Amino acid sequence: MMRVFAFAAAVVLVLLPALADNYVLRVATTMLMYSALALGWNFIGGFAGYPSFATAAFFGLGAYASGVLQTMGVPMPAAWALGGAIVALFAAALGRAILHLRGHYFAIASLVVAEVLREITNSATDLTGGGMGLNLPVLSLDVTNQARLFYYAMFVAAAAALATTAFVAHNRLGFGLRCIQQNEDAAIMLGINTLRYKVVAFVLSAVFPGVCGGIYASWVNYIDPTDVYDVLLSVKPIVMVLLGGVGTVMGGVYGAILFLLMEELVWRNLLQFHAGLLGIIVVCLVLFLPNGLRGAGWAKPWWRRRTEEAAP
Amino acid sequence: MTAMLRLLNVSRRFGGLIAVNNVSFELRAGEIVGLIGPNGAGKTTLVNLITGVHRAGAGEIWYGDERIDRLPPDRIARLGIARTFQVVQPFPLMTVLENVTGGALFAGGVPTIGAAKEKAMEHLTFTGLSHLAERPASSLTLANRKRLELAKSLATNPRLLLLDEVNAGLNAAEIDAALDLIRAIAARGITILLIEHVMKVVLTATSRVLVLHHGELIADDTPGSVTRDPRVIEAYLGPKFAARYGALAP
Amino acid sequence: MLYVQVLVNGLVLGGLYSCIAVGFSLVWGVLNVINILHGSLIILGSYAAFFAYQYLHINPFLFVPVAALLLFCLGYAIQLVFINRVMGSAVLITLTLTFGLNLLLYNLMILAFKADFRKVTLSPPLGSLNLAGVIVPVDRVISMGFALALVGLLYALLRGSRIGRAIVAVRMDREAAQLMGVNVSRIYAITFGLGAAMAGAAGSLFSVMFPISPETANALLGKAFVICVLGGLGSVPGVMVGGLTLGIIESYSALFFGPEFSVTISFTLLILLLMFRPTGIMGRRGYQ
Repeated sequence: MMRVFAFAAAVVLVLLPALADNYVLRVATTMLMYSALALGWNFIGGFAGYPSFATAAFFGLGAYASGVLQTMGVPMPAAWALGGAIVALFAAALGRAILHLRGHYFAIASLVVAEVLREITNSATDLTGGGMGLNLPVLSLDVTNQARLFYYAMFVAAAAALATTAFVAHNRLGFGLRCIQQNEDAAIMLGINTLRYKVVAFVLSAVFPGVCGGIYASWVNYIDPTDVYDVLLSVKPIVMVLLGGVGTVMGGVYGAILFLLMEELVWRNLLQFHAGLLGIIVVCLVLFLPNGLRGAGWAKPWWRRRTEEAAP
Repeated sequence: MTAMLRLLNVSRRFGGLIAVNNVSFELRAGEIVGLIGPNGAGKTTLVNLITGVHRAGAGEIWYGDERIDRLPPDRIARLGIARTFQVVQPFPLMTVLENVTGGALFAGGVPTIGAAKEKAMEHLTFTGLSHLAERPASSLTLANRKRLELAKSLATNPRLLLLDEVNAGLNAAEIDAALDLIRAIAARGITILLIEHVMKVVLTATSRVLVLHHGELIADDTPGSVTRDPRVIEAYLGPKFAARYGALAP
Repeated sequence: MLYVQVLVNGLVLGGLYSCIAVGFSLVWGVLNVINILHGSLIILGSYAAFFAYQYLHINPFLFVPVAALLLFCLGYAIQLVFINRVMGSAVLITLTLTFGLNLLLYNLMILAFKADFRKVTLSPPLGSLNLAGVIVPVDRVISMGFALALVGLLYALLRGSRIGRAIVAVRMDREAAQLMGVNVSRIYAITFGLGAAMAGAAGSLFSVMFPISPETANALLGKAFVICVLGGLGSVPGVMVGGLTLGIIESYSALFFGPEFSVTISFTLLILLLMFRPTGIMGRRGYQ
């Protein structure tokens, strides 16, 4: 039953550009981007249980890496791929540096990285345009075909993220990450090289946002540091995964769809209260729906399992 | 024949406290050796040093022909040294089967999850937990959690097993069952170091006993000799009582 | 001579920084909650002081206890209503919750006060002192004095009063404290309230020296982070050391690199500390 549903959904997604107008396409593109971001975060935050707030850092870095490459003449798809590779390398290095930290310290370190990258981007005016932002070369395609192009690009990113998630969830890497999340010391004693596993999860959590950042930059043609390094880009994917089910395969997708629906229906008309409303939703989610909307099938809310480790 | 495990002048201090002081001993393949000593003597620290959780400040630790005192704990686990924790450390929300599968899949060297699960079932049957395979680990009784800990360690395919107070908190019947299990494990050819407070276990199951006191090894002999050793009696009872009761010991 | 001036600037700034961070450190150390609201609470205190000065002509220095009291009540309420429900949960949960609350508070402040900067301009202005060639503005000296006094007051409170002892007991061992008859939920609320009170007081002092806007809240939160990691968690003296150190570092880096890099430098310092010495200068193990 689920398979039929999933197949139908996939068909609709593939054919959407032929069926829908540009507005719907834009919303769908955003939804796919949100899915990719949420699925990405799920590797480090859901599977490994490390509360990363670095998504904005990876997104922004991907956006600027790809953007700068394009202003240097690199063709768009290559820029996207290279941007993703740069973000992956960055995440590997950063991961080795901060993944030995746990809990709050790791969360703060990951949060601060985006700020530092933003400031550096702001100052490197010659390369990035600094606070004035970066203009990307405009494509010689009409509006509708551009919309379709970016839709399919995000679709590929999201599909890749989902496929990777499904793959990892059922193989050794996923099993090992789950062990780390449940009890990291016990995991080490079972022979798991926890740092290596965490770094892999961290890189996976970076590469999808990184590529999305690149696609986003080309899509909107103009980026500036405040925009792409916005801390909300770290918070929203977390909220989506909390909504949809942490550490599951489809959780990020469900959460992204739900979040986007809320955003489009409720928020669009309340520009002045955008942050506030997000805040209210976050608070309600955390306090009243600890399992998200799927109730992930565990007896206690997933985060209660850490209660034993709240250290004196 | 090289000894399975050799400690040479191993020491470790924490700040001002010397937890392990110049300890040397050997374990030969197939032995069951006991490690006893009053609380705070340094027994768990010694296990932590062997398994790589702490780094020795001085001395060498050899496992067969390989020096292991500088290796990270996951490497040492993969080399075939397993340990149980005094306070059991399961993966609470994973099932019993998944817990043991973890052991087989990583240090145990089984390549796929499916094969690891099969191996895990074997270990669960061996430790008498197969009927609980699908239960979450956190729902087990203490005695069964200790067995789970044991099953996990066995799944890693060890040649040396360090059991840290597996019998703490168990009643007499449970201890007897645990003893049978330990003997069965030894019968498979696994060398065992048994840290224990329960004297019955130490005296009946082991062929040799090491005694640790204030971080120092004060005895290394058969169980019978160790219980008659005046220094051991003094360590446990204190000098005053040792003097008074030492003469009364059999 | 210039270096002495810069050093004095740093110390004076550092005093204020300690006051900014001590509330944050208290909440993190006792409740194991990272209070993302902290920066916004400081700014709220600043606005309270600003409007009190503008409409009621109350001097911001005199307003400090009022700001502290107002923010204490707010903090107490926030803890009781929201945060108490997730005590002991995973880091992700408590962090996301305080994030959400902060988004709400931030948006409310933007709506109420608009994003443009306000500044308290004392009239008559207090001028500057000239001490052996080193120039120190009087308002900064008074601020530093107040700040240090407040930190000292908190320290005395924690060590001397019954409530203070209860707070320390809860921090050391929550269950044992409960067995001793301590109402842990209430202590949590009081602690958060105290943290907010210190934030409010700091905000009142801050309003005299710097322009305020809801946008500054994040930078203040960032400084609080750095100070706590620098000085080591869980001790008031640690916060003092951290605050003074950051003040001096910022002062010198403004001299060499320019003031616009102060945030970048503090954050880079933070990351380096977290990578290599998370326990900070004092080396005390904090809550993880």
